[in-house]
Amino acid sequence: MDTDYVAEILKGSPRAISRVISWLENDDPRASGCMEKIYPHTGRAYILGITGSPGSGKSSLTDKLTQKLRSQGLTVGIVAVDPTSPFTGGAILGDRVRMGDIAMDPGVFIRSMATRGYLGGLAQATSNAVKILDAAGKDIILIETVGVGQDEVDIIRIADTVCLVLVPGLGDVIQSMKAGVMEIADVYVINKSDRPGADQLCAEVTHRVAQDVEIRARQWPPPVVQTVATENEGIDEMADAIQAHRSYLEQSNRLIDKRRERTRDETLQMIHYELFRAIKAYLSRDHRMDQLVSDIMERRENPYRLMHRMLKNYLRLPESDISLNAD
Amino acid sequence: MAEKKIKMIVAKPGLDGHDRGAKLLSRIFAEAGMEVIYTGLRQTPEMIVAAAVQEDADVVGLSSLSGVHNYFFPRVVELLREKQMNDVLVVGGGIIPKEDIPGLKQAGVAEIFGPGTNTETIVNFIKENVRK
Repeated sequence: MDTDYVAEILKGSPRAISRVISWLENDDPRASGCMEKIYPHTGRAYILGITGSPGSGKSSLTDKLTQKLRSQGLTVGIVAVDPTSPFTGGAILGDRVRMGDIAMDPGVFIRSMATRGYLGGLAQATSNAVKILDAAGKDIILIETVGVGQDEVDIIRIADTVCLVLVPGLGDVIQSMKAGVMEIADVYVINKSDRPGADQLCAEVTHRVAQDVEIRARQWPPPVVQTVATENEGIDEMADAIQAHRSYLEQSNRLIDKRRERTRDETLQMIHYELFRAIKAYLSRDHRMDQLVSDIMERRENPYRLMHRMLKNYLRLPESDISLNAD
Repeated sequence: MAEKKIKMIVAKPGLDGHDRGAKLLSRIFAEAGMEVIYTGLRQTPEMIVAAAVQEDADVVGLSSLSGVHNYFFPRVVELLREKQMNDVLVVGGGIIPKEDIPGLKQAGVAEIFGPGTNTETIVNFIKENVRK
């Protein structure tokens, strides 16, 4: 069965792509076999992140930018993330509403994805979904994050180029001075630029970029472009800015460095996740964890000592690596 | 393995001018723990089915107010079958005359929920009949 799905994905079959993404979302054991086989076919697509606050126009920009990329003959995969309710576990995934014009284009694949409790602006399965679209032959993969606030910056760990979408009217100049999301952009996009305050925002962001010592130390000075997504204005400029950043990354070898860092982080994260899952599964058997928690609650045991004992017992690594300060 | 969530497309085929009902129902389905992909107004059956394929939807919910259900609803079922997605549950709602319901069901629409249906009834129907 696995080989079928892998072959179908490599041929670009939408059904196979979408089914395996579901397996990833559901932690279905069939997913990892597929991922192993498609991995050699990944690494060719260019990955773009679109982030910004809720309602800033990320979906509309994604729609218009995709049309632009399609006109250049490029195929596009889109992963659009929206939040899961912490109360009901449900989600409204509404990004397709703005993507009507590209919905029927066979050169475009759109997948909506709920965060399912994952923080940082993406879903757990997002990076693997990107790999599937990459292996399926999409030239550009666009990740639209959830509407972010100030601190959801995971997109920089996945995307080659990050576009931060800002809109006028969300705060004074202090907002544009803050840390976090304001620092991560390779391209700043001031959307809804037909609204009052757009020019001022543009000036404020331009100043921030020009004055920020850390940003200035980067070889790439992030451009600030103005758009009105609904009117298809400024999209060419946005696409040009993205292309310029891509050329910079490729010519300076920064792209390789970036992807090397990403591979390292991702690999460590996968090990972390799987180790956690395995130990949790083991401890959940026969009420072991319940017993341990009771011991801790009654102060017969403490979580620090327990943690060290767990690592010692279940990891075969040199003692010096696992027991930092065990008794 | 994580708990499987029900994925549902809510779509309005045809040229209806408003989607208050479809939006309200989307929220009710989300509140029932489903992941609802809302696609908006003026969808063609081809668009709806393309979305169902790409999203790997378990359920497609169609809403129509303008009397085009006899063409659009069966067409969605037919296109899903063409894509070998026979196991996707298709349900409908909106303004559907009673006498049209048997024909729609015969065409493969699992159930039609008219105005005033208790939303719990719809949610339960979906949970009981969705592919496992």
